[in-house]
Order: sequence, then structure tokens, then C-alpha cells
Amino acid sequence: MTVIYVDNNATTKVAPEVLEAMLPYFSDQYGNPSSMHSFGGNVAGAIKAARENVANLIGATPGEIVFTSCGTESDGTAIRAAIESYPDKKHIVTSRVEHPAIKNLYESLSKKGYRTTFVPVDGMGRLDMDFLYDSLSEDTAVVSLMWGNNETGVVFPIEEISREVKSRGILFHTDAVQAVGKIPINVGDTGVDMLSLSGHKFHAPKGIGALYIRKGTKFSPFMIGGHQESGRRGGTENTAAIIGIGKAAGLASEHLKKDGYGNVSRLRDKLEHALLEKVPNAMVNGDTNNRLPNTTSIAFEYVEGEAILLMMNEHGICASSGSACTSGSLEPSHVLRAMGVPFTAAHGSIRFSLSRYNTEDEIDVIIETLPPIIERLRELSPFWKKAMEG
Amino acid sequence: MWEYTDKVKDHFLNPRNVGVIENADGVGEVGSIACGDALTFYFKLDENGRIKDATFQTFGCASAIASSSALTEMVKGKTLEEAKQITNEDIAEYLGGLPKEKMHCSVMGRDALEKAISCYLDEPEKEVEGEIVCECFGVTDREIERVVRENHVSTIEGVTDYVKAGGGCGNCHDRIQEIIDTVLGKERPVRKKAPALTNLQKIKLIEESIEREINPNLKKDAGRLELIDVDGNRVLVRLGGSCAACAKSPVTLKHYVESKLRELVSPDLVVEEVK
Repeated sequence: MTVIYVDNNATTKVAPEVLEAMLPYFSDQYGNPSSMHSFGGNVAGAIKAARENVANLIGATPGEIVFTSCGTESDGTAIRAAIESYPDKKHIVTSRVEHPAIKNLYESLSKKGYRTTFVPVDGMGRLDMDFLYDSLSEDTAVVSLMWGNNETGVVFPIEEISREVKSRGILFHTDAVQAVGKIPINVGDTGVDMLSLSGHKFHAPKGIGALYIRKGTKFSPFMIGGHQESGRRGGTENTAAIIGIGKAAGLASEHLKKDGYGNVSRLRDKLEHALLEKVPNAMVNGDTNNRLPNTTSIAFEYVEGEAILLMMNEHGICASSGSACTSGSLEPSHVLRAMGVPFTAAHGSIRFSLSRYNTEDEIDVIIETLPPIIERLRELSPFWKKAMEG
Repeated sequence: MWEYTDKVKDHFLNPRNVGVIENADGVGEVGSIACGDALTFYFKLDENGRIKDATFQTFGCASAIASSSALTEMVKGKTLEEAKQITNEDIAEYLGGLPKEKMHCSVMGRDALEKAISCYLDEPEKEVEGEIVCECFGVTDREIERVVRENHVSTIEGVTDYVKAGGGCGNCHDRIQEIIDTVLGKERPVRKKAPALTNLQKIKLIEESIEREINPNLKKDAGRLELIDVDGNRVLVRLGGSCAACAKSPVTLKHYVESKLRELVSPDLVVEEVK
């Protein structure tokens, strides 16, 4: 069975060019970039080029990029550095719809005595900006807000918010793991002090991420060790993966320049419109005017997400769900709950996240396959007929 | 991804007996859309009082649909007395097992069956029995007691897996633990709290445990224990009464006194006898 992969916010396929670029660093080019001989030095040169590519993708300078193992490490490093740099400040701010890498870190810090503010969102997933600004004080050490939401794709106005937060002398971090490579980002134009990104969300392999740290920002490393990454992250470099993220960043920049994800968003819109048209009682979660170009979260009322996913799985279609049952927890996703999506819809929410590798044919197959699945599950559901009879 | 058995997958992808019985003899409705799963179960009896037909409608995940489908197959041909004997474990077993986090799906099946039988027998609708413990999923203390007793569940996570209680905000975890302890006969008024004890607290707790737990037990054999001193994690005690002369006293000290104090006060304690 051929696989139709529309779960690219979970992870992406490694681009063939990326794999090819990495392979020598698993075999012949095994030198340590810190070595004094040119055999290692050659690898250091390749890492330098990779760092430039990653910096270019977000409008930073190479010296502002620190390679890490993943988005979670970048997030954790940023927040811990922020609170260590301002030990007298005991207030930290984020939103109610963050990825667990930030959400759970903040919850654990709140148990250690930090006052935490989780800024609410409205029904479309848009941030309550007044609430955010009102919460800030001289005691606030850091504000961390995601650039693009992993579940709904909703994009926060990070340029504007970061400038405002910075003007009040407060550090600003953004988890841009879902946004980098999908929308143009230029940190130079913003007040962002630190930014997290992750390679496997834009066709690099898993196990490689980066943290942007604006020049002049107070910082203390999370991994203390050797002088690697200019002393900002100890440990021998994951050379092959760094080469991979460098290549992937280069490709992402090219694609953004070429058509700005236009084809991906066209296919996403086609899928979304067709499903809404063919399936009654279906609606999009989130603000469709401010959204990542590849993501749509669609709620199908009166059916349950895991059942939908497993039936799609029978047809080789890979997506994901905000339903409770898929995660092992019992409540639907905290993102949909924060938005106040009703339970009738939250349990049946499916996220489709596309990439540049998806084709028109694949989208057509999903459009043909999914409506009968929803219909079948609704026939099974005790609520559907009742709801239709009013 | 969940590891579902082939039988679960089969009953999910090809559910048996879906639908409504218009003039059913018994109907049982459980769950709600807010909870993420719900089941309506119908049965019809034949002239001999055996279940002739059973159907279901389910909103929920694959294992909820499979459990419902399995239930309808299991009850067919049974008298109500026989059907009543079906437990949630039987439903799970029929399906070749369920992931433990999904056991609540089998409990939902059993609950719907019980409700449908009560409906047929015209038993008064059991209003919410007991007191709500888990607000998120509306689970009562009675339901939690039952699952601890019948399914040999002894942890909060276990209770969550079977009846969902505690799977939401988590505010009821202490109360669930109390219920588990009570049912299992482990009333533990003095429990070690997570933060390290100060020396003073530790000594007090050791004294209390000896007086309330250990000495009442030793007294049955006319023995008693006296606390002499506490030095770090060393607990120095003297055995009195019949214990003093008992050849088994070293066993009592290690196997009973020490393990009891480790349980109640701190796992690092070592009990030593002072002659």
C-alpha cells in the first residue's frame, strides 16, 4: 500500500539531497572538527557553511546560531539561560497553547517557585495581547511564545509582540519550530532575543536543532563542557546531522524564495475546501487568515479522532488528531481546549500537515477516502442521528 | 500507536450488530460526548428469556467500538442471569486483551450491559451512587472502590486506566489514593511526604509509628519496643516484654519493625537493637 503522508508537523521526510550531503560524514569524513589536523579541520569548514545556511534561513548571523540536539533542548536551554541571567526576577510568561517543551517546563518551574502566566487565546487561537502586556512587570524574566502552532498552524504576530516586550526590557524567546522553513522569518526585524528551531520539521534528520541567540544577549549554557559552539554548548558536534540541517536550511530558503510555499498552501486549501464541502458538520479550528501555509485542523462533529485516524490508516493515509484517545491522555488537546472548541468537535479533530513532497493526486485520494469514513463512523455514533433530528 | 490485537482491529473495522432495536427489552446508555466515549446498548429476549438479539451504537475510539461489538456477540443466547456474570475482564479477554490505558472501554461495555438489564427488570434508575470524586469525568467513590476491589487495581494510574478518574486536572489524586488505601486495608495516616524530613520530624514520626503501628502488634505476643535513640538513619531500639527473651527477636526486628518503619517513615532506615 502506498503511503500518503500528511503529518509533516510531526516530522518530515529527509530530503534526498540532505541524505546525500550527510553520507560522507558517516564514513570517510569522520574527523573531529576541533582537531588541529586538516582532516578534522575540513569538517569544521563544512560545519561553518552549514551554520551560515541556518543563519540565512532566519535572517541571523552565523555567530548567533548554536546547534543543539532538538527543539526541546533549544527551548529548555533558552528558558533556563533567561532565568539564570536574571536571578532576581521570578515571573515568566507564555501562552496556553504552547508545545509541551515549553508548557511542561513552565509547569515544572512554577512548582519551583516561579510565578507563571499562561496567556489565553480566543476561539480562533489568537493571543490575548492586552492580557499579555498587562501581565508584564519589572519582575518578568522572560516571555516565550510560539511562532506557529503545531496543532492548528495559527501564527502569532511575533514581530510586533517581541518588539513591544523588548522595549520593556524583558527577554523574548520564541519556539519557531513549526514556522522555520515554512514562512519567511527575519529575526533582525524583530525583538526576538532567542529562537528555537528543529531540523526534522524541514526535511533534515531527527536529532538536530538550533538555538538562535541574539548577539549581546546574556546567556549561560545548559550543557557545560568543551569549547564547542563557542562555549555555548559543550559536547562533540553531531557532524553529519549538522551538515544535514545546513543542507535542508539551504533548500528551504530556495523554496521559500521560489514560490513561498504557494503550491503547498494551494493543496492545503483544496483539501480543506473539499472536505468542508463534502462532509456536513465539519469546521476548521483556528484563524485561517494567520496560519502556516501547510496546516489545517478540521473538526468532524460526533465522531472520535482515533477511530478516524485508524480507518484512514487502512488506506495508507497518515495524519494526526487532537483527540484524547490517541495520546494516551483522556482529555482532548490543551490547544483545542484553550480555544474553547466544544467537546462535540474537539474529540473529532484531525490535523493535516503537508509538505512540498505532497502531490495533487494524493490530495484527491484523501478527498475521496475521508468522507465515507466519517459517514460510517457517524452511523455508529449514538449522537449523530439525535443531533440531526435536533 | 496503540498495539491492538487482530481481534480488536477486526471488531473495529467490521463491527458486529450495529444499530438500534426499536422495541428493545432493555436499553443501557453510558458515557458522554464530553468524556470522549459513549455507548448505547440494546437487547431483545426470546420466549425462553434468552437474549435473542443485541445491538449497539458507540461514539469513541477503536477499542470502544471493538468492546461494544464484542459485548453484543458475547451476550447472544445467554439468559439475563448468565449475562450478568460478564465482567469487563471477560470483554477484554474476548478481544485478546486491550492496552491497559484502554481498559475503561471494557468497563463501559459492562456498565451498559448492567444498565440495560436494570432497565428490563424495571429497577429504579440508580441515581449517581456515592459521592463524585473526579469532577472531570464524573466518577464516584463507589465506582473507584469497585474497580480497586474487582480489578485488583492498586495505583492511581490503574484507576485512571479503568474508569478514567484522575485523568483530567488531577485534583482528585489524593482522594483516589485514600480510597485505594481504604479498600486495600492500608490506612496510612502517617505517610512520608516527598520533601526530606527534618531530624525532629523523623524522630517524631518514628515514635508515632512505633506507638500506633508497631507496639499494638507486638503487644499481641506480649512484647514491646522502646525507642532509645535515632542517629542519622540508624534507629536504636530495645526489645522488652516477651520479645527480650524470644529467640526470634532478630527476625522480628528486621522483617517486621524495620520494614514497617521504612514503609511509614523513610526507606533508608536501619533498625539496630541495643541490649
